[in-house]
Amino acid sequence: MNLTVDVQEQENKAIVLLAGEIDAYTAPKLKETLLSLTEKQGNKVEVNLEQVNYMDSTGLGVFVSGLKSTKENNSELKLVQLQDRVYRLFEITGLIDVIDVDKTVQGGY
Amino acid sequence: MESFDFIEIKVPAKPEYVGVIRLTSSGVANRMGFSYEDIEDLKVAISEAVTNTVNHAYEKDEDGEVTIGFGVYENRLEVMVADHGGSFNLDQVKQNIGPYEAAEPIEQLREGGFGLFLIDALMDKVEINSDSGVIVLMTKYLHENEVGLDDDQISTTQ
Repeated sequence: MNLTVDVQEQENKAIVLLAGEIDAYTAPKLKETLLSLTEKQGNKVEVNLEQVNYMDSTGLGVFVSGLKSTKENNSELKLVQLQDRVYRLFEITGLIDVIDVDKTVQGGY
Repeated sequence: MESFDFIEIKVPAKPEYVGVIRLTSSGVANRMGFSYEDIEDLKVAISEAVTNTVNHAYEKDEDGEVTIGFGVYENRLEVMVADHGGSFNLDQVKQNIGPYEAAEPIEQLREGGFGLFLIDALMDKVEINSDSGVIVLMTKYLHENEVGLDDDQISTTQ
């Protein structure tokens, strides 16, 4: 019942590797890290959710605030490698049309 | 009267206990024979209800508690999530639920208020009572078509 947030920063790009559960307890830490990256002008932020096995609306809220931050700072946010259950929440809520979400697993077909 | 087992848990209205309730919910639903998919739906829906209570208690700077009751029936699970005391504007909450519209400007997207919408989408029946405190009562049915082969054999011998 925890979330590890691992950030790999390169020039104008950051990869965020998440593992664990995103809920009311773990979301504040994620939000803080995510916003610190999207607030850098022109930064391309890719969040990998392959190891996230649980997420609820608290997590959706974090990514919505991340998206808003990208618009203010001319940065980019992309979510990749989502598990089916997590992807489904983006579908149900219609967020799939708003946030750049790519569920395809790397090295997949 | 229809017989059922009842399980009640009370935890502090703090974010760190949402996961504890989620694990418990998963255990109860698994014991009842819900499918993997349904158990995941239950975990999200119940967590949303508990999170609402936790956030509500936090806003008001209260050291509240949240009570979760599981009614385990033959064909369904009824889950009650209650916070005691504290007022709640139900109309305001209802106005803030619904899916995102692709046409909505990003600046206007909500960051919260999605809990009730997800509960409604993931459960079969949802009732909310806000007369004294807030009580969310949600139901999920065990579906016949998810019954395993073994059960079919039993029914043919009857």
